[in-house]
Amino acid sequence: MNGETGISVREKIFGAPGLVLIPSIMSCPGCQHPTAGRIVAEVLEELGIDGKTIAVMGVGCAGGLLFGTNIDLTLPAHGRAPDAASAIKRCRPDTIVWTMQGDGDCIAIGAGPLIGALTRNEKITIIMCNNTNYGTTGGQLAPTTLMGQVTPTSPYGRNAASEGYTVHTAELVATFPGCAYSARGALTSPDNYQRTKKYINTSFQKQIDNVGLSFVEVITACPVNWHKTPVECLKWIEDELLAEFPLGEFKNVQRSK
Amino acid sequence: MGERIFIQGNEAIGWGALNAGCDAFFGYPITPQNEATEWFAREFPRRGKVFVQSESETGSISMLFGAASAGVRCMTSTSSPGWGLMQEGMSHLAAADLPAVIALVQRGGPGAGTTRHAQTDYTSVTRGGGPGGYRNIVLAPASVQEIHDLIQLAFYLSDKYCNPVVILSDGILGQVREPVDLSPIDFGPLPEKDWALRGRDNQKDKGRRFVHSAPGLIPTKMGLEYNDWLAHAQKKQQEILSEVRYEIHHGEGAKMYLVAFGYPARSSEEAVNMARAEGIKVGLIRPVTLWPFPYRLIKEKALEGCKFLVVEDNLGQMVDDVKCGVEGKVEVHLLGILARHLRHDGGMLMPGRILEEIRRLS
Repeated sequence: MNGETGISVREKIFGAPGLVLIPSIMSCPGCQHPTAGRIVAEVLEELGIDGKTIAVMGVGCAGGLLFGTNIDLTLPAHGRAPDAASAIKRCRPDTIVWTMQGDGDCIAIGAGPLIGALTRNEKITIIMCNNTNYGTTGGQLAPTTLMGQVTPTSPYGRNAASEGYTVHTAELVATFPGCAYSARGALTSPDNYQRTKKYINTSFQKQIDNVGLSFVEVITACPVNWHKTPVECLKWIEDELLAEFPLGEFKNVQRSK
Repeated sequence: MGERIFIQGNEAIGWGALNAGCDAFFGYPITPQNEATEWFAREFPRRGKVFVQSESETGSISMLFGAASAGVRCMTSTSSPGWGLMQEGMSHLAAADLPAVIALVQRGGPGAGTTRHAQTDYTSVTRGGGPGGYRNIVLAPASVQEIHDLIQLAFYLSDKYCNPVVILSDGILGQVREPVDLSPIDFGPLPEKDWALRGRDNQKDKGRRFVHSAPGLIPTKMGLEYNDWLAHAQKKQQEILSEVRYEIHHGEGAKMYLVAFGYPARSSEEAVNMARAEGIKVGLIRPVTLWPFPYRLIKEKALEGCKFLVVEDNLGQMVDDVKCGVEGKVEVHLLGILARHLRHDGGMLMPGRILEEIRRLS
């Protein structure tokens, strides 16, 4: 206590969630993947389910950041997180099983496992961070890359004739009867942060209620590979990305059939 | 003695798994192993066990990774093209030190090849198959009874060494029907799976667990650095060498040995019996473990001056291991897939043809 003011000068009023043992050292400055990870950690703590949670990491920046989180973790092959998560949930139905994947992991190499899990009505939660590129390997073209977007493997800009069209994962996932919940959030403002947190909270609640597969896509900034400052990234997301990837809930099934 | 029933080799995979306490099966339809996947679909859910039909063999093996990391006794079954798709997952299981059992009912390759029997996956299976340099323990049954028994051994060895184990069957062993004694086999106690994922609150020490296949990126329980894990992998491989298993038939005074596994071992046994009746001093070595391979036995027989005839239903794969064992000291001959009794994919290695070769070499 400070004798003159009566204020405790070492009172912690804000910090990393208790589940975060080691802050992510994998992420570049301005990357928003750790923010998405932080939200999940907050939600797991608030729902009081972290002790019975098993996380399946995707391969790439999104999955890797879970390394320092105080929950049971597994890391299978690139794109196969929904397969491993399905098996864990089937074998240990009393646990909460979720995946943290990037867009390349989830809807390019992992499109088959994602659709398989949706087809089988697996009771798992999938959090997909969408930064429109392969961040870990240098920002190459992903299914989520915008039309005209320049990446190292679309150096002249994404062109429909050669690279095809941008994929909208949250909308696609919502079309499956096995999907209980699908939403897309962003982290560009406190308002969007809180809305995204509500989506993630709902997605875990769907698993607790055993309704079906729940999915949340989070739009995340990638300053290094977008060649923009973090602030420019937020503006680009607001101006361009959200026009292509509208925010909101695409499916919300109330109870299991 | 347990209950005796008359079943197919593919069904024996299921009965063996049941006796081994397997709790989860993940599979994808492929000929000629379909009776196995269908057996699990029928028998597992009604016993409260997990059966999942995956979206592909890549899915099956990744599900196996998940279930194994949760400490559950689990297996899959496939045939050769599916085995090809599983190589990614096999490599990851090996890297994560996960126990899992894979029944491979071989068909002729390469590619889509044929849906009928063959032994064209020997090299792929015994050398690991996927990227990264690792070994699978490989067990080779030669009868329906032995499929049932070796599946049980497979689960035991898999848990003992935290290593994937492959049961190498083939289209003939999978389809043939034979009587089977359904006795469970007790191999003794195993260490608790303290490393498995259960959710932190369900761990004895309330601490988190981390199962991964990136020993060069993320610290493992074997150490912080990539070489710590590699040294562990080498030590494990050396320990597994003590698990060599084989059978010798008519070894008395043999001047020549046939070496065969799987269905050709059955034809070879009959050929050896016929040759012995003619007074030819020939025996049969049947490796039951293909990795670890019985190199020492082969070397001992080579030092005694015995020559070798390898009988395998491919263009010559195990023959390389036999040559490795004899270290150039004696002749090694091959009777391979081109010696089948028919030229189409139903052709087999028949005892009469093997006997001809024995006579020619004696």
